[in-house]
Amino acid sequence: MGVSIHGGHRAPSAGFDPHHLSPRCASPTHHPLPAPSPPCSPTSPLLLPPSSSASKIDSLRSKVDLLKLPLALSTKSISERKIQLGGAGERRSAGGGGGACTARSPPTRDMDNESQYSGYSYKSSHSRSSRKHRDRRERHRSKSRDSSSRGDKSVTIQTPGEPLLDAESTRGDDRDDNWGETTTVVTGTSEHSISNEDLTRVTKDLEESTPLECKRFIGPALGGCLSFFALITPLAFLILPQVLWRDALKPCGTPCEGLYVSLAFKLLVLLISSWALFLRPPRATLPRFFVFRCLLMVLVFLFVASYWLFYGVRVLEPKEEDYRGIVEYAASLVDALLFIQYLALVLLEVRHLQPAFCLKVVRSTDGASKFYNVGHLSIQRAAVWVLDRYYNDFSVYNPAVVNLPKSILSKKMTGFKVYSLDENTTNNSTGQSRAMIAAAARRRDNSHNEYYYEEAEMERRIRKRKARLVVAVEEAFTHIKRLHEDEAAASPKHPREVMDPREAAQAIFAPMARAMQKYLRTTRQQAFHSMESILTHLQFCITHNMTPKAFLERYLTPGPTMQYQQQSGRGRQWTLVSEEPVTSGLRQGLVFSLRRLDFSLVVTVTPLPFLRLGEEFIDPKSHKFVMRLQSETSV
Amino acid sequence: MSFVPGQPVTAVVQRIEIQKLRQGENLILGFSIGGGIDQDPGQNPFSEDKSDKGIYVTRITPGGPAEVAGLRIGDKIMQVNGWDMTMVTHDQARKKLTKKREDVVRLLITRKSLEEAVKHSKGSHPRQ
Repeated sequence: MGVSIHGGHRAPSAGFDPHHLSPRCASPTHHPLPAPSPPCSPTSPLLLPPSSSASKIDSLRSKVDLLKLPLALSTKSISERKIQLGGAGERRSAGGGGGACTARSPPTRDMDNESQYSGYSYKSSHSRSSRKHRDRRERHRSKSRDSSSRGDKSVTIQTPGEPLLDAESTRGDDRDDNWGETTTVVTGTSEHSISNEDLTRVTKDLEESTPLECKRFIGPALGGCLSFFALITPLAFLILPQVLWRDALKPCGTPCEGLYVSLAFKLLVLLISSWALFLRPPRATLPRFFVFRCLLMVLVFLFVASYWLFYGVRVLEPKEEDYRGIVEYAASLVDALLFIQYLALVLLEVRHLQPAFCLKVVRSTDGASKFYNVGHLSIQRAAVWVLDRYYNDFSVYNPAVVNLPKSILSKKMTGFKVYSLDENTTNNSTGQSRAMIAAAARRRDNSHNEYYYEEAEMERRIRKRKARLVVAVEEAFTHIKRLHEDEAAASPKHPREVMDPREAAQAIFAPMARAMQKYLRTTRQQAFHSMESILTHLQFCITHNMTPKAFLERYLTPGPTMQYQQQSGRGRQWTLVSEEPVTSGLRQGLVFSLRRLDFSLVVTVTPLPFLRLGEEFIDPKSHKFVMRLQSETSV
Repeated sequence: MSFVPGQPVTAVVQRIEIQKLRQGENLILGFSIGGGIDQDPGQNPFSEDKSDKGIYVTRITPGGPAEVAGLRIGDKIMQVNGWDMTMVTHDQARKKLTKKREDVVRLLITRKSLEEAVKHSKGSHPRQ
């Protein structure tokens, strides 16, 4: 069942959205709305009868509980869009599929060619701004951008009853090929609906807040035990004879004392350096064993075990009386441990310091790239190294920024309907697509023109908004000033209201809020900054006497990813994808990638060039100059 | 041809009129010049006084307009169309010679043989 609304009334609004046109739709996603009033448009309230779909809503709810659902949903919706829109849809995947409505266009429409892609994903990837902003933006967008299909577009909103999977799978028969352009997906209008965006967010939160994996601490715990054991061993060697057969021991004088002192100091040095070097919380868990560390632990274990073995056989059994020999034995163990620690230092800390390879790291979604120099590392260690740098150097991944707006790309593929006259329909799809591509290539298209103008327009808009924002912030900052102690006492007859930073921030936030919001919308950053975070930052800036420019630097340029991280102790999940075993070392031509849910970093390894440095000696007295030679000009 | 600073320069000159030849879209004269106040006078093979920074003819295209008009290699150009050439930079000299609007250049040049000839004639004939 569905309700048709016909496009017509669009209230002009100041808010706008530069890229997207979507049919107006009911998308009661993130609010738990009362069922019958989706605030889609002020003209025709869409009444979607919830009662008949209550059972379906229950089924949806039960499915929602399974957290596997959003991934299936999002991939399905993404794949659908991919097919329909020629691949431009997958960049929207960050927002998931939710938060919008299905629209079924009647088949007789020929306006499909001009319709833009469904704006669902763009909407859903936004923060929870108010509905009316979004609607105003859509309407303004459709009014201003899509001139040809303005008046006649009619969309059908389908009831939300069936869960997402069904909506995807049950493709009605009354569609033409282009219904996908105006399709948006609705989850549910009941008060318990939860958008796909929320689902993905919940999964993300969940996966990042998984309970502390014990696996993370096994390695360090094992190492700790082993080193403790190794440190205790020399003391045990010394103490055991004293305890067990004290009377039989030969007393040893000065040389023993020297050995005691040296033993004590060496143990102290071992202890301090172990603490300094190895007792650090691990920053990453590697997929395979860390070869060097394992090697060293095995070595220590073997050493200590063999020393104990010999001790047991040679000292404990026959109850050796030469105490000096025992002390020397213990001292030799401590020496060996010191050397093992030296080996550990070299292998773990020093070897990879000298640069040997150049890694090129490219982010797959927007092509941001950096070059790094690293030393000899295994692939997994190099991956950790790269990720350390990634959080600092790469600007944050913004899923709302795409390469080309779909309005430009989609035009290419929708102009043609391909009919196959051949009875043999085996290679239908490839032939069809090839024909379409060939036809599209031959057709003279001006999409580069549109792209250029669109870019210029966008640029201009951003600059305008930025100017307004800067002015607003500057003015806002002039409203407050810091109160010094002597001032407070000096003017008792003008009692000013004294505020703490938080109140001051709230006081001056109001005049700049609108400009800030508009600017963030234009640069698609609004997902990263909530009102609360802006207020907190403002309070921080006021406390530290920062100028408006310093306050704004956080918003004017997209900062490194580290800036946007919440301090959760659970860490981020990255997947290392590699054709070689990840414990093998780096070599030329190696390629591996680090994948996250919605993007990946591709790393290419090239060796640093070998430098042949020559020498040339220049005598300082040899710097002599003359006038230029007679130049001859022919006339 | 040496000059005493502050005193006017005296020289025996010959007038030479060269018709520019059109070659493609250029008007050429058919010789090369060297020298100028921004150049190194010690490199000049044609000057007697190695501190002379005047403009000298260093090369003549055989059969070109300059040769036809009577210009010879080693001549010092004193004037071009009335413009002085004794105290100019190399580039200024080039510009004065290659003006696009002029089809003909009238040079005043001097050379050693002229001096000799005048001396001979003065010697043989008393000056009237």
